[in-house]
Amino acid sequence: MKFVEILYYFFMLSAAVSAASILFIENLFRAVLLLLIVLLSIAGIYVMSFAEFLAVTQILIYAGGVVVIILFGIMLTSKTSGIAMKVKNTNIFSAALLGCLLMYLLITLLTKDFSDAETNSVDFNSVRETGIKLMTSHLLAFEVAAILLLVTLIGAAVISSGNKNSMARK
Amino acid sequence: MIPLLHTLYFGAFLFTIGLLIILIKKNLVMMLIGLELMLNAANVNLVAFNQMYPTSINGQMFALFIIVVAVCETAVGLAIVLHVYKLHNTSVPEEISELKG
Repeated sequence: MKFVEILYYFFMLSAAVSAASILFIENLFRAVLLLLIVLLSIAGIYVMSFAEFLAVTQILIYAGGVVVIILFGIMLTSKTSGIAMKVKNTNIFSAALLGCLLMYLLITLLTKDFSDAETNSVDFNSVRETGIKLMTSHLLAFEVAAILLLVTLIGAAVISSGNKNSMARK
Repeated sequence: MIPLLHTLYFGAFLFTIGLLIILIKKNLVMMLIGLELMLNAANVNLVAFNQMYPTSINGQMFALFIIVVAVCETAVGLAIVLHVYKLHNTSVPEEISELKG
């Protein structure tokens, strides 16, 4: 097995193990750190799959933005009574059954005959192609995403502004 | 390189784990974590299929916009979670039962 394949399997294994241990961990803060490991491993998988722009975007936005904002949410919604943030479990048996059934369904759907991945030529630059595609054929989606980000910014600011006569009541 | 099927299995596994996190954990922020895992699993599938046709990077473009939408949804979702916490003083979704018959 080549070293590249070993690296690929290593990233997949680290993401899978970290994701599975989010289920079994009680402390909320450590669950977010495990999510960070998952996101960074997925970025590693993207690099191995010739998607470098997506890998850097994943690290910047997910590992640098989403994890921070989730930590904000955890710190602001935990009761400050000195106990570590514990999360209880519920519906374990039904959820486990559902999980096994879903995995079985997805695996039976997936075992078809896909042709294997082609290898890339060396001079294919995914960052350059991404830039070209964003400005030519995916321009509408690009602009709509910009509007969506603007709306999200305004909406989140309005929701969290804490107007006295808007939503909060005693 | 690696068989496409293994990456698809991995994507399916991540999706199932994200779904289980949403179902099992009794915390609103934990549900958002599970949601992020599900969206990332979809992204991994897209990039894996994009590897089959490397010159047309439609898979990567789609994954990019999924990242954008996921970030927006997490931000607004967390703003709502903060408001719900301020209102009900709890972040366990089962204790928020004002509409319960």
